[in-house]
Parts: sequence; structure tokens; C-alpha cells
Amino acid sequence: MSATDRAKSEAKLGWMLSAPAVIILLAVTAYPIVQAIYFSLFNYRMTDPDNRSFNWGHNYIVILSDPQWWQTLGVTVLITVITVAVELVLGFALALVMINAIRSVRPWVRTVILIPYGIITVVSAFAWKYAFDLPTGFVGTWTGNSDFDWFGHFGSSIVVICLAEIWKTTPFISLLLLSGLAQIPGDMLEAATVDGASWWQRMTKVILPNMKAAILVALLFRTLDAFRVFDSVFVMTSGAQDTATVSFLAYDQSISQLQVGMGSALSVMLFLCVAIICFIFIKGFKVDLGQVRGD
Amino acid sequence: MSEIVLEHIVKKYGDGFPAVNDVSLTIADGEFVILVGPSGSGKSTLLRMIVGLEDISDGSLSIDGKRVNDVAPRERGLSMVFQNYALYPHLTVYENIAFPLRLAKGQFSDQEIDRRVNQAAQMLELGEHLQRKPANLSGGQRQRVAMGRAIVRDAKAFLFDEPLSNLDAKLRGQMRTEISRMQRTLGTTTVYVTHDQTEAMTLGDKVAVLKRGVLQQYASPKELYDEPVNLFVAGFIGSPPMNFLPVQNRDGALHSPFGSFSLPEGRARAFDGAPELLIAGIRPEHFRDWELVEPEDQARGAEFTAKVDVTEWLGHELYVYLPFEADAEVREALEELDRDLDGESLRTQIVAALEPGSLVREGDDMSLWFDPANVMVFDPKTGDNLTRDPANARRLAERSEQMRQRALERAQAEGASVVGGKE
Amino acid sequence: MKANPKKTILWVIVGLLIAVYALFPIVWIVSLSMKSASDIANRHFWPTNISWENYQLIFTGDAHDLFIPALINSIGICLISTLVAVVLATLTAYAVARLDFPGKSLILTMALGVSIFPVISLVTPLFNVWSKIGLYDTWLGLIIPYLSLTLPISIWTLAAFFRQIPWELEQAAQVDGATPFQAFRKVIVPLASPGVFTTAIIAFFIAWNDFLYGISLTSTSAARPVPAALSFFTGASQFEEPAGAIAAAAIVVTIPVIIIVLLFQRQIVSGLTSGAVKG
Repeated sequence: MSATDRAKSEAKLGWMLSAPAVIILLAVTAYPIVQAIYFSLFNYRMTDPDNRSFNWGHNYIVILSDPQWWQTLGVTVLITVITVAVELVLGFALALVMINAIRSVRPWVRTVILIPYGIITVVSAFAWKYAFDLPTGFVGTWTGNSDFDWFGHFGSSIVVICLAEIWKTTPFISLLLLSGLAQIPGDMLEAATVDGASWWQRMTKVILPNMKAAILVALLFRTLDAFRVFDSVFVMTSGAQDTATVSFLAYDQSISQLQVGMGSALSVMLFLCVAIICFIFIKGFKVDLGQVRGD
Repeated sequence: MSEIVLEHIVKKYGDGFPAVNDVSLTIADGEFVILVGPSGSGKSTLLRMIVGLEDISDGSLSIDGKRVNDVAPRERGLSMVFQNYALYPHLTVYENIAFPLRLAKGQFSDQEIDRRVNQAAQMLELGEHLQRKPANLSGGQRQRVAMGRAIVRDAKAFLFDEPLSNLDAKLRGQMRTEISRMQRTLGTTTVYVTHDQTEAMTLGDKVAVLKRGVLQQYASPKELYDEPVNLFVAGFIGSPPMNFLPVQNRDGALHSPFGSFSLPEGRARAFDGAPELLIAGIRPEHFRDWELVEPEDQARGAEFTAKVDVTEWLGHELYVYLPFEADAEVREALEELDRDLDGESLRTQIVAALEPGSLVREGDDMSLWFDPANVMVFDPKTGDNLTRDPANARRLAERSEQMRQRALERAQAEGASVVGGKE
Repeated sequence: MKANPKKTILWVIVGLLIAVYALFPIVWIVSLSMKSASDIANRHFWPTNISWENYQLIFTGDAHDLFIPALINSIGICLISTLVAVVLATLTAYAVARLDFPGKSLILTMALGVSIFPVISLVTPLFNVWSKIGLYDTWLGLIIPYLSLTLPISIWTLAAFFRQIPWELEQAAQVDGATPFQAFRKVIVPLASPGVFTTAIIAFFIAWNDFLYGISLTSTSAARPVPAALSFFTGASQFEEPAGAIAAAAIVVTIPVIIIVLLFQRQIVSGLTSGAVKG
């Protein structure tokens, strides 16, 4: 039948058009991750390739029994939780401002909010670092404690790292929430008002339940992103004061110290963490990725 | 200027279900033909096969005697107005209308394009909007741009796919007359798809009624109305729709829930061999208030008595609704008919359109008068119209063809002087 | 219901607060970049005197060798990887949005999967392979991994854009007498190009923002992009803070981005949100 012929040629064309991108994506992700898994099973130092030896997953045992791993994992989780929680609240507030602001204010709020999104993360990290750091920082002067070394303590370092991250990524989350907010039909809110709902009731009983999908998607994307935090830590502390994150630790092992086997094992561990987060969101919170896809 | 012939056209999709099944039509040169039917009847698919946007699974389609099954859309020389107008949002109204001319490279000079676009714009009263973008136009204006694009080149035929379904009721009425006038003036063969029986009746020289991919009847509006071939066509054509009543065919008379009556001699013979349980069809406008019928007429009519449930006074007419209980067998047939017609079977009732002077009100017991000669009788199993008169149907067909020729000649004689030399 | 003056003032104040929030760190970096070497540690927000010496330092002075090649690398590598990503993603997104074939949802899922992949998990193996095959510290050695950042979001964003194109127009054009190629060029391309353009901006931002690949897969100014180069800046002398030079370099790479944001904010917003959540 000609109908099936057409379907066949359509499928063929579809795959021909998609093939280059698919091949590249596989080449830059599937292949490296398989190789990382393979190398992670070896005791392998790049400067000493002759002594490469298979060590039966010993790297993973070392990682899991090393307090440093748990320390970096804890720091990563801490940064992730703080930044995502603050960003969600702040982002939602910004989205509300953008949708409710009077017409003369709205456009430039939208424009100005995009600026942090466009800034390179490293630049933002440097800006925040120099604002707080000792020889250059003005924050000490402003807070009246000009000799306090913000990067000399664990807690204050984490605060500054989180500030930089929050500043940079809140606009993105607020835009996602805004598009969710904009999809709530106006007459639904009017109906709720007529039914006697207060502002707070409209928010909790109408708006939030109807935005659940948008919120969860934003949350998933940001959590995955925050969990991979690297740039700010690298620029601000280089892992000093126990502020190393999982990404930083992996980078330090494989690129700085050329411990390919151990670095690969850490990379695989980070990958597993991200996969677990995804799994929790998709199965636990029932994030509908079909909605993300826009089908 | 073309004749389009469809022979045993079939459209099957991947799952093997025929969306269009064995449809044969002949659309004469200059004729305005409507494809009408409820949703899922295959009318749009049929149109898209004519224009070449859908493959024809089986059968043959020819334009001016040439088989075009495998000819690309752009080489069929047809023009089409889409349901959502399909205007090019990045082009101005002028360029939208000029688009087909610009595609025919070298065939038209810039002056010629300009002349034709302006002529089409003048005809459709788009002159002042030529430099605007479609996004800034109202629904009716977009509709006219789409038509402008269709008429600007000398297409062999115009195809319309539910062009008025996105307009509000008032605009729809205006555009309907506009399309009708345009078609008469240009005298171009036209195929028009709609689900609206009013559009079908008012626009078409001939109407093809489709149900689930099968052609039911292809005839003039008058013939569809007076001599429908089956229950479906009878129920589809006319507004408010024809009333269907279960009747028992006993002792030479028909016994309905509202009373008994007999058909005139010649018609009653038609269902001699038919089953005992039949469906009688009476159009709402064939009922009258017994009180208002002149005494000399009362005797030749039949009488129904019933209690009035609801009345609706429209100024020029009074609708009265009279519920009744139907047998299970008939109810099934009526419910299926309702489904076929995209309706929802709420309750079995008859609707009568009475003179506005009638004093009947809700809750009254009333007598309805009707002429049994206007009653149609259908077989509940097959749906066939047992009282159809082929001789009358033939007469109606001939008369409508004569009327069409006359209207066409007159309109073109007038149009030639208005438009000035357009073929 | 015209806005009353009280409400207007309130919203203007809210708007100003948001503007301060968004611009504060930028203004600070500008201010920092205008502090002279002796002024850099003045511990105040504003410079005592406006000085251009940091800009001289990065364009003509000691930091010139570090900054200028990095700027060229960044521009070149980001433009090429954006171009490649957008071309490939256009083909894929067209297939996904327009054609029906088995596995098309798999492609989208895969793109999503790649976009949430931790870059560090890819960096280590790429570092090993690139060192072996000689792609380490080359443009190509960065362009290829950048595609893992830019391709997925480009595919998603473009697929979302392409779904909104009224494809019926393609058929209308064919009925109007267009060949398939004419229908594509005269109708589809003009409609699709805003989406492609927006996607290109977003992809460019993402490549421009990269730090981890840049610092891991390069070692010299042969391929090192600006974000990575910033961390190699040193002061005029060994003991001096490089803050001024870094701030100046940061401003140089930030200004073009801000201009793009200001010019195309509407498109960027629609691109960002349609790519992630159905907008």
C-alpha cells in the first residue's frame, strides 16, 4: 500500500535528519561515560600508565569509606538545598511581580531580570568574591566589621557561594514559573474571587495546585544544575575551608592530580547521584516529562 | 472552467478503515457543488484528495477528462480556501494575494500582477488593507484575503474547506452571499465543504450528502428536501430537522402515538411489502394549528392531539414541542440517527413550526393539522424512504439545472460589465 | 480602573528594588575595573578616582598576552559550536516536529538526558581521550564537547518553535503552485527563522558561559577561552591583586551579552520557556 510506503519513507527521512545530532550526542556522552565506568575500575594514574592495574572496584570502596567523600557530598547537598529553596521562593515572588506589575513597569522588570542570566557564572563568582574578600571587599566596610575574613570560615564561605549562585540563576527559575503562572486562566481566578476566596486562598487553593507541574519541572532542572555546582567554588575558595563539592573533588582528582582511575570513579558517582535525583523526581513527585516536552 | 469527475474514489488510512468509500460524483463546468455531512463523514478528506493534498487509495479522479490521481497539487491548477485561511503571516495582504502569481515565474509581468491583485482586492473590498499584515485583520477580512488569493489566478476550480466556520453568525451570512455572488460572476467550477446544512442549501447548485465516507445522495437542494433517499438525508436537511414518529402500518392506516392517518392512494402502495413498524417523517413547517385552518381544508388533512410541553415564540414563527414515548426498536433507530447527525438524543419529541398567531401555550392540549401527502415513510431497518417519487425527483433535477444555467448567464452578463473583461 | 498614583509609586519602588538586585554586582564589577592598582583595596564600593589602567593592562599591557588570545578563542569556539549546533538541531527539530517516525520521542528524551548530564562526568574521559588523539588544547577539542551543551537545548527549543509553525501553510503554498522547495524557502524559512535565531542566541550564551570544559581541556592560550583565562590572571607584580584586570576583562566579555539581552529579551524569554515548559 502507498500509505505504508509513505510512512516508511517518512521514518527514513526522520532518522536521516536526526542522525547527525544523535550521533554527536552519543559520541560526546555515551562513549565518555562508558569509558569513565571502565577506567573507574582501574588503579590508573596518567603520569604512570605502565602501572595501570585492574583493581576490582577498589576505587569505589575507597570513596565510600573516605570521610572526605561524605563531606563533599554533604556540602553539595547543603548548597543545593539552600540555593534551590531560596531561588524557588524568590523566583516565584519575581514571577508574581512580572505578571501583576502595572503596564509601565512590567517590560523593564522583565528585561532587567534577564541580565543575571546572561552573565558568565565565573564573572558573577568573581564579582561576589571581590565584594566580600579581604583586600578588595566593600561588604566588610558596610557591615562595620572590616577585618572579618569571609573566606576564612566554612559557614560564611558557603553563604557567599550560595549568594552568587542564587543571584545568577533566580531569573531562569522565575521565567519558568512565570510561564506556568501565565497559563492559569484569568477567569478561573475571577471565579475563585466571586466564590469568596481571599488572596491567600487563591494562591494556595487555585494558583499553586495548577502550577504544580511547572514548579516541579523548574525544581528538577534547578536541583540537577545546583548539584553540579563547580564554577563558583573553584573561583571563590578552590575547595578551601572544606567547601569542596563533588564536582570540584572529581575535577581535583582527575585533572589536577591526574588520578584517572579515582577521578573516573568519582565522575561515575556524581552521575549516579544525578540519576537518583532524577529518579526521585520522576517517580516520587511524578514530574511529567511529557509536559516538559510540550507534546 | 472545468469538469471534475470522481469515479469510485476510496481513501484508506494505515489501519485499513475507509475514510471515503466508493464515492462517484460528476461536477459539471461552472457548477457550485457542496460536500456536506456531519464530522467524520469524509467530506474534507474528499476535498483534499481533489486538490491533491491526500493520496487517492483507489478509484480515479479526472479534471477535464485527464486523469490526475498522480499529479502534484501545484500542477492541478486548482485554488483552495482553507478552514483557517492559511494566510502567510510574514507577507502583506497584497503579497498574500499575489503569491500564486509570483510563483508562476515569468508568466505574469509586474504590471499584470498589480492589475490582477487590485482587481481581486476591489471585488472583495480589500483595497485599503493591501499593505497590512494578516495578523492585523479581522476574521472576515482574513477570509476575504484567502478568497482573493484563490481567485487571483485563472484556476480551473475553487475549493473551499469549511471557510466560514470561524466567523460569527452575522458575518457568516454576509460572506455566504459574497461567495455566492463571486462564484456566479466568475462562473468557475466550485467545490465547497461544510457541515452546515444551511450553507449547503443556500449555496449549492448540487449537494452531495456524505455519511461515514459513503455518498448518500447527490442532488439539488430542493430534491434533497422534497425527495430524500433515506432517513439520514431527511434528518440532515432542514432546520429545525424533520420529525420522526414510530407508526404501526395496520389496516391500510398508520397509527402513531398522537393519532392515526392514511396516506393518499398512490403513496400508500409503496410500502405494501414493508414491515408493520415504520417511521413516519413530517417536517415541522408542515404542521398547522387546527384552530387556524380553514374549515374546508380541515377535512382533507389529518389530526394529531397532544399536550404541549414547551413553546418558543420567535416572532415570525411559534415552535411547539410535544414529547412522546417510542417503542424500543424505533428508539434505537432514532438514537442511531441522532448519533450520525452529531446530536445527542435527549428525548423523543416532535417540533411543530406554527403560525405566530397561534394561541397555544405550554401545558395546553392542542390539535395539530397536517396534510398526509407531505408525510414520508421510512423503513426503520434500512432507513430507505419508501415514499420517494423518482418521477418528481427527475423533474426537480431538470428544473434546478435550468435555473442554474439561467442564473449563470445572467450573472455573467452583469458581471462582465462590472469586472470588465475577466474571463 | 486607571492605576492610582499610590499604586504606581509602589510598583516603581518594587521595580527599582529588582533593578538594584539585578544590576548591583554588574555595577560593582564596573566600579572595580575602574580602580587603579593603589585604589583597588580601598574597601569602598566606588573608586576614589576613575582610572582606565586595568583596561590598558588587558588590551595593551602585561595581561594582553593572556586576554586577547582568550577573547579570540572564546568568540571563535562559541560561534562555531553555536553554528554547528543550530544547523544540526534544525534538522533534528524539523524531523521531530514535522515528521512521524518511530523513536522520535526517544530522541527528545535522549537530548533531555544529555542536558542533565554532569559535565564533570564527561570531562575526565574526554581529557584522557583528547590527550591521546591530540585534541587536547585545540579549538576542535572544545567545539565537540560544547555541542553536548548546546545541542540538547537547541533541539528542545527549536522543536517547540517548529511545533507552533502552521504547517498547513506549506500545503496552501503547494496548492498556490509552489514546488516543495519553493514552499520551504518562501513560506517555512521566513516563519522558522525567528526561532532559529533565538535558539542561536541561547546556545551561544551557554557555550560562552562554560568554564569546566575550558579549564580542563586546555593548557595554553592556543584554545583557552575567557572564563578559564580569568583565573590565570595575575597582578602587575606577583604580590598584587589581579582583581582590577579580572574585572576589566569580565566587563569586556559581559557588555556584548548585556546588549544582546537588551535587544532580544522578548525572543530569549520565549525561547527559554518554550524549550523547558510548554509555553
